Formats: sequence, C-alpha cells, structure tokens
Amino acid sequence: MRRWTVALPLAVFFVLVGFFIWRLDLMEHGDMPNIIPSVMINKPVPNFDLPPLLLDKAGLKSSDLRGQVTLVNFFASWCIPCREEHPLLNGIGEKVRLVGIVYKDTPEQARAYLTRLGDPYKALGIINSNLDPKDPKSQVGIDFGVTGVPESFLVDKQGVIRFKQIGPFTPTDIKTKLLPLVAELNK
Amino acid sequence: MIPETGHFALILALMVALVQATVPMIGASRGDRAWMDLARPAAFAQFALVAIAFGALVTCYVTSDFSVLNVAQNSHTDKPLLYKVSGVWGNHEGSMLLWVFILGLYGMAVAAAGGNLPPALRARALAIQAMIAIGFILFILLTSNPFARLDPAPFNGNGLNPLLQDPGLAFHPPMLYLGYVGFSMAFSFAIAALIEGRVDAAWARWVRPWSLLAWCSLTLGIGLGSWWAYYTLGWGGWWYWDPVENASFMPWLAGTALLHSSIVVEKRDTLKAWTILLAIITFSLSLLGTFLVRSGVLTSVHSFASDPARGVFVLALLVVVTGGSLTLFAFRASALKGGGLFAPISREGSLLLNNVLMSTGAGTVLLGTLYPLFTDALNLGKVSVGPPFFNSVFLPLMVPMVVTMAIGPLLQWKRGDLAGALSRLKVAFAATVAVAVATWLLAGGAAGPLWAAGGLGLAAWLFVGTLIEWAERVRLGRCSFGEFLQRCRHLPRSAYGMTITHAGLALVIVGITGSTAWKTEHIQVMHPGQTVDVAGYQVTLDGTQDNIPGPNYTALRATFTARKDGKLIAVMNPEKRQYTMPPRPTTDAAIHTNLIGDLYVVIGDPDGAGGFVTRLYYNPLVPWIFLGTVIMVGGGLVSLTDRRYRVGAPLRTARAVAAAARA
Repeated sequence: MRRWTVALPLAVFFVLVGFFIWRLDLMEHGDMPNIIPSVMINKPVPNFDLPPLLLDKAGLKSSDLRGQVTLVNFFASWCIPCREEHPLLNGIGEKVRLVGIVYKDTPEQARAYLTRLGDPYKALGIINSNLDPKDPKSQVGIDFGVTGVPESFLVDKQGVIRFKQIGPFTPTDIKTKLLPLVAELNK
Repeated sequence: MIPETGHFALILALMVALVQATVPMIGASRGDRAWMDLARPAAFAQFALVAIAFGALVTCYVTSDFSVLNVAQNSHTDKPLLYKVSGVWGNHEGSMLLWVFILGLYGMAVAAAGGNLPPALRARALAIQAMIAIGFILFILLTSNPFARLDPAPFNGNGLNPLLQDPGLAFHPPMLYLGYVGFSMAFSFAIAALIEGRVDAAWARWVRPWSLLAWCSLTLGIGLGSWWAYYTLGWGGWWYWDPVENASFMPWLAGTALLHSSIVVEKRDTLKAWTILLAIITFSLSLLGTFLVRSGVLTSVHSFASDPARGVFVLALLVVVTGGSLTLFAFRASALKGGGLFAPISREGSLLLNNVLMSTGAGTVLLGTLYPLFTDALNLGKVSVGPPFFNSVFLPLMVPMVVTMAIGPLLQWKRGDLAGALSRLKVAFAATVAVAVATWLLAGGAAGPLWAAGGLGLAAWLFVGTLIEWAERVRLGRCSFGEFLQRCRHLPRSAYGMTITHAGLALVIVGITGSTAWKTEHIQVMHPGQTVDVAGYQVTLDGTQDNIPGPNYTALRATFTARKDGKLIAVMNPEKRQYTMPPRPTTDAAIHTNLIGDLYVVIGDPDGAGGFVTRLYYNPLVPWIFLGTVIMVGGGLVSLTDRRYRVGAPLRTARAVAAAARA
C-alpha cells in the first residue's frame, strides 16, 4: 500500500469528527437536532388525483388547490384524535376553504363517520386502505409526507404548502397559528 | 454501604487498569518477561473489581435501594424481579457499567485462555484492552456515576420505561455489548500486531475465535432487538433503518468482513494491512454507535437521555481510540508485507469481493445515517433519510454479494476455475430459476412485485449452492456410504459453520423478501362480533375486557378468533396496557404463527361508541428472518468449536523451523 492510501482512513475520520464537534457545539447552545420542520413547507403540493368519497361531492386533485387558500385535512374513521378534532373542523370550515383526504380507510366506514359527525369538507378524496401499493393513489400520503392522522396542510393561492399541523388542532392552535396565517395569505 | 463498595471497587479497577495498560507495554518493548506477565493477574483483578461494582449495582436494584439516584430513577418495587435486574442496563449509567463489565470479562478470558500466545503479543493486547477500560471507567466516574446517592431517599422509584419491560429486551443489550465489546479484542490484537510490526497466519488464528464470538453475540443481539421491535411496537415491522439500529448494523457488516478477510490472512498470509484496518474500523464503528446514541447528535426513536457533555467525552474517547489507532496504522501499515499472490478469480478474490461489498455496505449505511448531519452542517437544509434510501442503495450491493457467496467457496485458493465452479452449480441455477418462476406465477404474474421473485430466487441460489459445496466436500453420492460418513466426521467444524451460517442467511433473505413484498395491513374500527378478512383468514373481534390487573399495569384485553374456511385457527388476545409507574400505555400484539406467516393483531383505543380501533396484519415469512438469524448464530458457534482453536494455534516460526529441522 502507498503511504497516502494508508493515511486516508485517518483523514476521513477527522472530517467526521469535525462534523460531530460542530453539532455538539450547536447542542451546547440549545439547538437540538430532533426538531425537524416538515420538508414540504414552502413547496408546491404534490401532484395527485383522488376519486370522490361521496356521490354528490367532488373528489380532490392538485389543481383544485390553486386560486384560494385551502386547508387540506388528512383523517380516517379509525383515528380517535380525528374524532376529537372533528367538531373544531366544523367551525374552521366557515373561515377557510376546507377539503379532506380520507387516509387508509374504506369508503363505507368513512361515509358512516361523516354521517355521524357532520361533513364540513368542500371536497373529499379517498386513499383506500385496500389499495395496491403500486397504485399512484396510495403514494399521495407519502408525497405529502404524512406520518399519521390527523395531519393538516395549509395551502396558499399559488398551491404552495405554508403550514403543517401534526396531530389534531386545538382551539389555541386555530386561534394563534392557523387563522392569523389564513388572514395573511388572503391579503 | 453497598453502593459505596461498588463505587470504590470501580475506582480500584481504574487503578489496576492503569497498571495493566503501562507496565506490560513497557515490559514488551524491553523484553522483560516479569513485566509482561503482570498483564494476566492484572486482567483478573480488573475483572474481579468491575464485577464487584456491577454486582453492587445489581444488588441495589434487586433490594430496591432508592437512596441510590440511579435506582430511584429507573426502578420500582412493583417490578417483576427479571426487570429489576434488566433495569440495571436499561439506563445510560448502568449500561456503561455493563459495557465495562463485559470489557473486563473479555480481558480475563484472553488472560485465561491465552496460554499459547507469545508473551509479548499477549502483554500488548491486554495493555491496549486496559487502555480502553481506562477510558470507559473514567467516563463512568466523571460523567455518569451510577452509585450517586439521593437524600432524602424517595418512598418508591420512578419505574422503568414499560417498553423495556420485556424478556426480549432484557437480553438484547447484554448480547449487543458482548458483540460490540468483543470486537475490542480483535482491535487490541490488531494494535498489538501493528506495534510489533508482524501479522501472520498464527496471529489471524488467535484473533479469529474472539471475532467469531463477538460476531455471534452481535448477530443474536441485533436479532433480539429486531424481534422485540416486531412484537412490542405494534407496527408489524422488524427493521426501520433508525440511526440506533444502523449503529449496531455497521459494526456487524464490518465485523463480518473482518471474519472473512482474517481467513485469507490465516490461509494465504496476505490482505494483512486490510484486515488490521477492518479490525480497527469494526471496533471504531461500535464506539461511533455509542457516541451517536449517547450524545443525541442524531434524531432516533430510542436515544438514551442525551447529553452533550457526555457526547463530548465519548467523542474525545473516539478521537483517542480511533484517531490514535488510525495514525499508528498510517505509519506502520506499509511495513506489513503481503505474502501470497492470487488471481482475481480465486477463493481469495471472492473473499476480497465480499470484503469490498460488505465495507461499501457499511459505508452507505454510515452515509445514510449521518447524511442529515452533513446537509444540516453544509446548510443544505434539514432532511431525514428513510428506508427508501437504504433499500435502493444498500440492497443492490447485497445482490452481487449473495451471488458470490455460492460461488466463492467452490473456487480454489490462488487461482480458481470459474467455469468449473459454475458448472457444479447447475443444480443451484435450476433451483433459482424454478423458485423465481414459481414465485412470479403464484404471486399473480405481472401484477405481483417482480423483485420478490428475484429475492426468493437469490435465496434458493444461496441455499442450494451452499449445500452443493458441502455435498462436494463429503462426496455425497459419489462414494460408499461408509466413506461418506467418515468424510462427514472429518470435515472441519469451521466448514460446517460456514455451511450452516450461509444457509441461515438464505432463510433470512426469504423472510425479508416475503415480509416486504406481501405484507397486508388492515386498520379499522371494529365492533364486537364484526369480522374482517385478512389474507384468507376471517378475524372476528369477539369482545373486550377492561381493567385486567397485571403486576404493575392494568390491561384492556381483546379476544379475537381467527378462522380459515370456517375452521377455528387461533384465539388471540392482544392487550393495551396502561402501566402505573411510569404511567405509559403500551401495546401488546397477539401473534399467531404457522412458520409460513404471522397473523398479527393489535387492539387500539375505544371509539366511545362500543367500537375499537384494530390493526390486523398478515406478515408472510417473518418467522424465517428470526429462524435464519438463530441458525446463523448456531453456525458461528459450531465454527467456534473447530479443532484448530481447541488444540491451540500453531507455534510460531522459530520452533516450527526447529521442528522441521529435526524431522
């Protein structure tokens, strides 16, 4: 082996150490790495086209999210936090255009859920739980970066995601985060 | 009194380690036999003292002495005894003490079993082992003292995270540490050899049992962790490419490469510098894993309470150990002259290819694990690297490796005959095609995932190819039955070890392929009496029973019955447990296995209207992953009993030459 090749591992190692020192130094100043903002913020909504859940209400595709500020809510009938969030959504629907995406659920159960709890959505698409993973429809959740339900994305008039709510909205979240942002985007 | 005894014993162990690290080292360079021989009693003393410290902490846990801060934070009187003991290593301080305990155990084992080692090599290896011990004991004493007292002592403790109260997890950390720390032995021997400037077949033979033992433990440790994740987290998955999992997988890959390259050193006296480098890298990756987990520089689902101050200490330790050894390597490696030359197509060539692919694999896992850190540092934004990266980069590297695994053992040393080897693999090739085509047809032709056919075909190739190699060595069907039996008896155990381990890997590949390709998942609200179809099973929720008392939790237990064509297959009782201390919910999945696949049932929250969220999975072939892992470990253990380790290593040149002269 040549002299420089045997020193290569050492060089690589010290580059790594440099990165670690940089990170530890940030942590000393309180910057912890486990706060990861959603990578979808300030990105256009992914392309998708979902079939309608209800006969009398349109499905949802990416082009529907242009032109006005829209809140996209991912939910499922099996999801208990969604159930808690639902009454709040009924209120939100009056202040911002609300559309829904049923996530990993069957159409029958999702319909029963909305019949029981009310339907605040202007449009509703469905990602069926029994979809073939190769079906582009089952990719929509992944494209959005959905980690679980409920999750909501606020999309501006240009179709760009501006805010992501992980987990259910609380009344405080709506008052302090969502509605001020909606007002600003509507200007 | 007991915790103070433990604390004091640990300080004494540090003192002994200081002596063990210096005196034998100086003795070895001066050729002073008495100084060198001090290493053995010192290793025994160090182990005894660390064992007293560890025993003291275990005693504090078992007797629930809450005047000890660590016990108060992590234990509770209501915990079953097993989890009181396993709680010792279920936290940062205690797990570091376990680490040092195992380090001492290996040191003592080398001192006890190393009677045939040259005194200088043994002295140096034990001295280096002691240096590592100094680093870790100082780490415990200065930043993570498990014996710190608490005054006033609380009435009861905070309890152990309920997720950790599981038999699988009780044994996962000790096995993992036996693996990580076991590779410190190969490291110490490598550094000792670099100092001596001599690496030869005898060296490789001394190191091999230790790396093999470490490899078996690490494999079992990773398997246990994966099994635990599979049945307790309730997600139905068994591997998530999480940084902490990767931290255990990287040393495994490097250690596997080390095992194979040391064969080349042993048989052919070449690839020396590379083998030394692998020994350094394997242990360094173990330390790197410790650093990543304890410092919190990466986001992970199972970090210990992360603390930058501890991170700084482990990083300093990493710089000393890895930086120091790589510097030594840079200066001394070019002096290690390789012996035998070999053609690219040869046993050595195939082992080298294995090494290149394994190390590249370890490198890609390292890159993927640290990538979020790099992009963040270079201002390219915060990203997270998930399974898609690893699956698309790591798996393609493993395909050529598995293909070679069947061919390599059939090649001769120095110069192999590829056409000859391939012609002997005709049956394996036929089996591959048959399995792949059958998979493709049964999985629904073009609609099914094509790569699944490839995965199962690959597994068939490896399995049949491995058996062919064994059959050729014992001349199965080509000689009389008596000769066959005799050949079976005389085939070295290490050869059996390879056959068993490679065949075990084939089963693991079957499991990975099947569970990834054909897993089905049903999430829904079910009311008692309702039935859902899961992969041909009719799964009925019969009812639920709330507030079932456990030792330190209350459980919501559901009763499901699984039927197939009306016939009762299994009654399944998943639970949702609410632990009292600390108050945390856990899920306890119910799994019905028939070895072909697992029906996996999880009960979730009630919906307030008489229904329950249920998650029903069918995980085909998952049991093969764990079965295959156990077989791989078994193969390693069989290899460990090989005669050449029992009768001891060959004597080094001087005496061998003398013997030859006499003859």
